[in-house]
Amino acid sequence: MTAPMSQCLMQMVQTDYALSDYQSEIAPRWCAGCGDNAILTAMQRLCRDEQLPPEKTVCVSGIGCSSRLPHYMNAYGFHGVHGRALPIAEGVKIRRPDLHVFVTTGDGDCCSIGAAHWLHAIRYNMNMTVLLHDNQIYGLTKKQTSPTSPHGLKSNTTPHGAVLNPLNPLTVTLGVANVSFVAQAVDWIPDLLYETLSKAYHHKGLSFIRILQRCPEFMDHRFDDWVRDPSKMRILTHADGLRLKPEVSRIYKNQETHDPRDMGRALAISSLNDEIPVGILYRDPSVPCYDELRAGERPNTPALVQTVLNEEFDKVGIWPDPATAPEIRE
Amino acid sequence: MTSDGRQEFAENAELGDIRELKGKKRPKTRPAIVLNEHIVEIVSDSGEGAQRCGQSLAAIAARSGNGIWTVEIIPAEIQPPHRSIAGASGNRVRIASQPVTNGGDEADLVVALNEQVLLSRLHAGEIKPGAIILIESMWQFDPNPEIATAYASVCAKIRAEGYRLYEIPMEAECQKYVHDPRRGKNMFVLGMLCAIYSFDTDMAQAQVRFTFAKKDQKVIDANIELLDAGRNWADDNLDLKYEISSHPVSAKQVVMNGNAALALGVVASGMEVCSMYPITPATSASHYLSDIFEKVGCVVHQAEDEISACTFAIGASYAGKCAVTITSGPGLSLKQEAIGLAVMAEIPLVVINVQRGGPSTGLPTKVEQGDLMASIFGGHGDAPKVVMAVSSIEDCFYSAITARKIAETFNTVVIVLSDAGLATAQQPFARPVFNADWLAPPVNQSAVPEDAKPYDWDERTGIATRFVPGQPNGMHCLTGLAHDRDSHVAYDPEINEEGLLQRSRKLAAFQTTLRLEPVYGGDDGDLLLIGWGSTRGAIEEAVANLRAQGHKVSSLHLKYLQPMASGIDAVMDRFDKVMTIENNWNDPPDDPLITKANRRYSSLANLLRSRWLVDIDCWGKARGQPLKPASIMQAALTKLEKP
Repeated sequence: MTAPMSQCLMQMVQTDYALSDYQSEIAPRWCAGCGDNAILTAMQRLCRDEQLPPEKTVCVSGIGCSSRLPHYMNAYGFHGVHGRALPIAEGVKIRRPDLHVFVTTGDGDCCSIGAAHWLHAIRYNMNMTVLLHDNQIYGLTKKQTSPTSPHGLKSNTTPHGAVLNPLNPLTVTLGVANVSFVAQAVDWIPDLLYETLSKAYHHKGLSFIRILQRCPEFMDHRFDDWVRDPSKMRILTHADGLRLKPEVSRIYKNQETHDPRDMGRALAISSLNDEIPVGILYRDPSVPCYDELRAGERPNTPALVQTVLNEEFDKVGIWPDPATAPEIRE
Repeated sequence: MTSDGRQEFAENAELGDIRELKGKKRPKTRPAIVLNEHIVEIVSDSGEGAQRCGQSLAAIAARSGNGIWTVEIIPAEIQPPHRSIAGASGNRVRIASQPVTNGGDEADLVVALNEQVLLSRLHAGEIKPGAIILIESMWQFDPNPEIATAYASVCAKIRAEGYRLYEIPMEAECQKYVHDPRRGKNMFVLGMLCAIYSFDTDMAQAQVRFTFAKKDQKVIDANIELLDAGRNWADDNLDLKYEISSHPVSAKQVVMNGNAALALGVVASGMEVCSMYPITPATSASHYLSDIFEKVGCVVHQAEDEISACTFAIGASYAGKCAVTITSGPGLSLKQEAIGLAVMAEIPLVVINVQRGGPSTGLPTKVEQGDLMASIFGGHGDAPKVVMAVSSIEDCFYSAITARKIAETFNTVVIVLSDAGLATAQQPFARPVFNADWLAPPVNQSAVPEDAKPYDWDERTGIATRFVPGQPNGMHCLTGLAHDRDSHVAYDPEINEEGLLQRSRKLAAFQTTLRLEPVYGGDDGDLLLIGWGSTRGAIEEAVANLRAQGHKVSSLHLKYLQPMASGIDAVMDRFDKVMTIENNWNDPPDDPLITKANRRYSSLANLLRSRWLVDIDCWGKARGQPLKPASIMQAALTKLEKP
């Protein structure tokens, strides 16, 4: 997303927003050790660093643990219904280009009940940032297998182990027409999470970030191998992608220079099994945005409405004196 | 009939009116028989243009100062097999000397382009005994003997049944002017009908020019030639000459169908977003809106499904641009969870439901008033919302404007019920005069007072001032969870009940603004008929006819179904018997299985019985057809006779 000029001017006269200006009066109620806390922090850092006016910022979510995030942001929030965060956010954005729209959704919310909206949201490519909190489990409803749960996972709905292979949100998203920004982050590397979110925010179009997120309650130790062994994390860098701070680079030495324009390589990286890639997989800023394609060319003024209504009435008009009737035309 | 069959027609022998015309031409100026009204049907295979022919005839009649009402005859498939009973497609036009409010009873005159589509209308009971039937006669020469035989046997049958049958070589006549008469025969028919009903030639030609305005001049010229050919042929060969007296209009009018009126109403309401998913019979409203909405800087969003159509609209409304979603029954079912969200979070939303036959896929192209209960009670939990129904084409236009105003005043969902009957029916009405007050005010972006709460419910009305994104200090997280005045999630029993109370209170506050419409007929009497929605015209016509026969019957029309205006009980008290008239299902009381304990009543009857504790009856049909005044009269007479 990009800030319009008027926004920049407003920010010049606005007092500086601090991190606390984006924290709501409600303390987060996620479990201790839940990856959602890191995502919330990254969101608040982004808003502070970009100096987004809280009243111009809208966080839309569906239902699930992740979808509680808007309650903890001091911004306009919309905690909607299960699976429908994306179409609600699209509706918010369609006539309000001045609003900064963020969507937080979970693997059940986005990839299961809301899957149709996910695909079409990618295709609409509206200006918004979508954060998929993927903990590979239904948490709020207490441990059911999700579409991204690993094969064999024992849960309340698959007590003998999940029988299906998981759906890969990255390859699915990359496969949708008009995809313009796909990235992956993990909650346990906050610097890269923030960097990725920042790149996503600055992308014009729909930026989709899958964030692998730890659930200490129902998926404890799921990502331990990767948390403990930085060499199993593959960091994607590029002049047009993430640039690593030296301290991050020292820990995460498994790096690949990946050009975000390379769709073929993006798909290959997304399909890695042993390593978790982090960074920008794909970016194409030239994809048209539905909100811009559908933006009204003329403002909806009373005079215009009157003119158009009268034109339409003329086409189907009956006049007391036909001689005074305008020529019937389509 | 002669063997070559051209340039001739036959009439019903039993009427004693056979004329042998070979070699003769009738005088062009025959005195016309003056009629009060006639119902004309044009039926053909799908794609032969019978609908366009009927619409054009209606427009010509309306412009001539006649009252009109049109009903589309629609096959369920896009390209049903040719010459099939199921494939009948066309238009019924009721033309009257006075304004009409419904499609009337059976047809007086039918033009059929083959005998199978004619059979379809006969089977449906839509043709008056002894009616005039003009049929395309080419089938008698069809090389396929089955077709020729089928045609001959149907003609013989209907002649025997007393219909006045005219066999007309339409194809052969059109071939004199165009290469492929399948396209253009409808204009020949239009010309014949203009001659039969004595419509002005210039007016008819202007209408044809309008109909084909988007085509090039050659097409327009060819169609006008066919129109004139049809007119001349009828003048030369038919002994049918009618005139339906008309009253020149004294003020500007417009003529359109219900879905067009809804679309124009949406434009006039100031709503800027319509989000929809294709569904019959609602879609044509969105088609028309798609054509004109962008001209006023607005958008029709075709969503990926009904659920996203509704939630997209909710998002737009939440952001300050009150939105509408247009659908039909199955779509309403899918939207119900989202509608509950809009009720819970108090977001204005207009839902237009152009009802069709249900349940499930039901009768997609046919009319039914089957969604009243689903509209009021469809969602889970207690979700009070406003439900209103449109009763005429004009009402479609103004209801869209009213619905937006109610939705934004009370921060609630307003469901507007139309139906497949009104969707495609055309009727003239007074041309609306634009009023800037129709439009929505600009989105409020002023700062909210520091201590204001997003759900600061007014204790008297339950209404809270909504904070819209962009308003400084108004930040809050809206939620579909139970919440307190700060919009904080709250599972506390008292807070939950307070939310329920305030949302319910808004409906009560709105109810106090409603006024019951005057009773149609007399203020008291033997029988009161109560209806809602599109049946209004047919019910009132039945009442007028019954009263003319001396029966003390009146009717009451309800525009608002949830909540309803006060005073219905007092009106019902003034009549000996009360019965609702609805185009939906009820269990027939004479069915051996049906008792007081298990009879399922029509929707409105259910609502009135439970609200007012009155043992009122209901009468209804769910045949997928508009109710006819004569059927309603018969039902009322039966009810009057019952002890």
